[in-house]
Amino acid sequence: MSAASRAEAPAYVAKTKVGRITDFVDERVGGSGILREFGRKVFPDHWSFMFGEVALYSFVILLLSGTFLTFFFDPSMAETHYDGSFTGLQNVEMSVAYSSSLDISFDVRGGLFMRQVHHWAALLFVASIAVHMLRVFFTGAFRKPRELNWVVGGVLLILAMAAGFTGYSLPDDLLSGNGLRIIDGVIKSIPVIGTYISFFLFGGEFPGTVIIGRLYMLHILLVPALILLMIVLHLFMVVVHKHTQYPGPGRNDGNVVGYPLGPVYAAKAGGFFFIVFGVIALMAAFFTINPIWNYGPYDPSPVSAGTQPDWYIGFVDGALRLMPGVIGDFHFEYVIFGYVLTLNVLLPALVPAGILFTVMFMYPWIERWITKDNREHHVLDRPRNAPTRTAIGMAGFTWYCVMWAAAGSDLIATHFNVSLNDVTYWLRALFFIGPVLAFIVTKRVALALQRKDREIALHGRETGRIVRLPHGEFIEVHAPLDDYKRYKLVGFESPAPLPAVPNEHGIVTRKEKRRAALSKLFFEDRVAPATPGELEAAHGHHGEHEAVETAEEQRSLTH
Amino acid sequence: MGNHSDGSPNHSGTVATAGQNEVEKFQDPGLPPHRLRLADTDPRAAKRAERQVAFLFGLSVVGTATFILAYFLIDLGEGSGATIATIRLQNALLGLGTAFAMLGIGTGIVHWAKALMPDHEVSEERHAVRYEEDRQAAVRIVDDIVEETGIKRRPLIRNTLLGAVALAPLPAIAIFGDLGPRPDKALAHTMWAPEDGKLKRLTRDPDGTPIKASDVTIGSAFHVIPEGLNELHEGKLNEKAKAVVLLMRLDPESLNPSPGREDWGYNGIVAYSKICTHVGCPVALYEQQTHHLLCPCHQSTFDLTKECKVIFGPASRPLPQLPIAVDDEGYLVATSDFNEPVGPSYWERDEHERSIKS
Repeated sequence: MSAASRAEAPAYVAKTKVGRITDFVDERVGGSGILREFGRKVFPDHWSFMFGEVALYSFVILLLSGTFLTFFFDPSMAETHYDGSFTGLQNVEMSVAYSSSLDISFDVRGGLFMRQVHHWAALLFVASIAVHMLRVFFTGAFRKPRELNWVVGGVLLILAMAAGFTGYSLPDDLLSGNGLRIIDGVIKSIPVIGTYISFFLFGGEFPGTVIIGRLYMLHILLVPALILLMIVLHLFMVVVHKHTQYPGPGRNDGNVVGYPLGPVYAAKAGGFFFIVFGVIALMAAFFTINPIWNYGPYDPSPVSAGTQPDWYIGFVDGALRLMPGVIGDFHFEYVIFGYVLTLNVLLPALVPAGILFTVMFMYPWIERWITKDNREHHVLDRPRNAPTRTAIGMAGFTWYCVMWAAAGSDLIATHFNVSLNDVTYWLRALFFIGPVLAFIVTKRVALALQRKDREIALHGRETGRIVRLPHGEFIEVHAPLDDYKRYKLVGFESPAPLPAVPNEHGIVTRKEKRRAALSKLFFEDRVAPATPGELEAAHGHHGEHEAVETAEEQRSLTH
Repeated sequence: MGNHSDGSPNHSGTVATAGQNEVEKFQDPGLPPHRLRLADTDPRAAKRAERQVAFLFGLSVVGTATFILAYFLIDLGEGSGATIATIRLQNALLGLGTAFAMLGIGTGIVHWAKALMPDHEVSEERHAVRYEEDRQAAVRIVDDIVEETGIKRRPLIRNTLLGAVALAPLPAIAIFGDLGPRPDKALAHTMWAPEDGKLKRLTRDPDGTPIKASDVTIGSAFHVIPEGLNELHEGKLNEKAKAVVLLMRLDPESLNPSPGREDWGYNGIVAYSKICTHVGCPVALYEQQTHHLLCPCHQSTFDLTKECKVIFGPASRPLPQLPIAVDDEGYLVATSDFNEPVGPSYWERDEHERSIKS
């Protein structure tokens, strides 16, 4: 319908009932502009775009199941004697918080199920954010104009971990109490203000009687509100930027190729919510998570061996385990000016996590500075086509995984029947060597994959058919690619290192020299995409093979 | 085409080096031609997909029914004889019901979208995030606003406003001052300190029965709390978190007490704080053969024969020792409080330790 005919059209009368209701609302609030803008908005589709959706849906499920739990949970640390239906803890002295958690598990129908849903959804929430961020990193989706959204995503990861940790502590069982004890020990190691923070947080000495109530407030109000705010910001920016897309024929930085929101994309994404919910429900049905009744109430004296924190706290716990307190005669805790500096706790608790998150937040700017690439990017990189970035990502990921594995060092030792000390020594070594190895190996693998792509683009796909030529030579017949498949393999950029250039005063600054050195590290080893000329040459060079292929085709046609 | 590694610069087996920019590029062939699905061409396939979707939605209804039946038919009330097994069964059925209810809808909709809704990929132009015209208009508006406030011409207003705004959040910080008491010497003291000259007995954790020196055989270990802990009405966990002790008996020959600590044990019986000097977990594992104490949280290992010196792991200080003796009735007692603060280190710890020792 053209603009003119729309202006002349008489008052619109909707044909269906849904149409009439929509029209009623629209006349009063004016939603048709929004619907016109978004109703057919195009979204690219790829399986790896699902992780963000999983995170969003897990959060919705967390809100639903969490609301249910608040109706029954009592965050009081007052002492009580258990008299619920679980016989194993009958008459045991415990806090009201723990007792009400047990009641949710044993005396509220569906309560155990909701607890399980809530805990599994929380684990999945953090996991899907983490995997989503890996996807964004390795495909270069954080590049201009999406740097700020990358930062919002990082804040969401931290908030998700905070939500998880505050929730983990609420049942006031033995495990969560020990978790708090470790947090208290870490807080106390902070110079100058550590003891004050600890006393303010716990309302006095550990464990006190107020911490559960305070964590509860953070867990059900402050942190979720912040998460919600960040999600709104995040999605707003996704709409402003429109989604990125993978490279391929017909896709470029000026367009977005995919399915319209209504109906296909909305149906797929909406249906996916139910699938995520269903999968979480299945896990909650069959896999026990956090059986608090096995641990008993918090007591500072007992602890069970082989206990682990929730997975996302693991890397910090692992770093704590890896740090030696004493090397030879050198103690990492020492007294300076009459005050105690506890580096054996402070360093592992703050430094690795600090480095990981700082580099993560800064990375879009670091890369933009090195590459001087100020263009907008809406087409993603295949990880292999950005070998150095992929290698950096894998180095960071490996570093994280070493620390994470260290959080299970005792389980590794008992499961594989090796010495706990040896496991720790190896992991200490890997803490330093692992990222370097990962960087080198990943970069080489990425370059090798690029070379393989080039090979396939120029010479076609291996068919597995061996043909003997008249003069006795055996060759394998390669099937050439069609234009679309080939474009996928050749349609990428391979930037060359940018040498240092003088500034407006004609001086090459030290900073610029450093930038040039990093640029060299990034792009010195590179594989250029195949060009039409090379394809031509390859075909000329293999002229006789072409002849064989043509002959083969003709033969199969005559059959 | 076996050997591609002949090393010529343009060969596929070669890593191109810096500066070898390609001049020409493959042209984008555009979107590949659309391929029709079976359901687009064969009405019977479309009908089949329709029935599959309806079946999945039907499955969801079965799931919902399962949930409701499991909720109302399985009784957990008092006198119902419900056991852990009943709860587990109900949990499994509720979960299964929810899973079917949700997965039925989810897979049904996705199948519907994939098999029956139009699957033409469409291409849409991206718009610039901002337009130069807008930017200039916005800059003008901001300039006008700033101009109209006159804030540039009246620095007195600007500076006093900045000062006021900078200070205004201070009350918001100060008001949290009562979140907790100021840290005091409480961290440095435990319940073991003798009260009115009466030495505290070592009692078993958790029942609080006193321990006779003769009960402690070589190789045995006791988890110990101070006498009177269980009778506390307030702050019981706070006191317990500092006062728990491990009691062990070794061959006196294998103990190597340092000068001044020879009489802290009794006949090879020694008592050490159970709170790890790393971050405060209970050091609960005693390896009888090696005389090592191991913290299960972060694997700090302490050697009993060397006054609990750290021999492995992240802890940096030995476990504090509790000086013990035997009273007239043969029960073990603590002759004094610990000689240093127990548990994880903190900024003022050294100061506290000096004040205990002086």
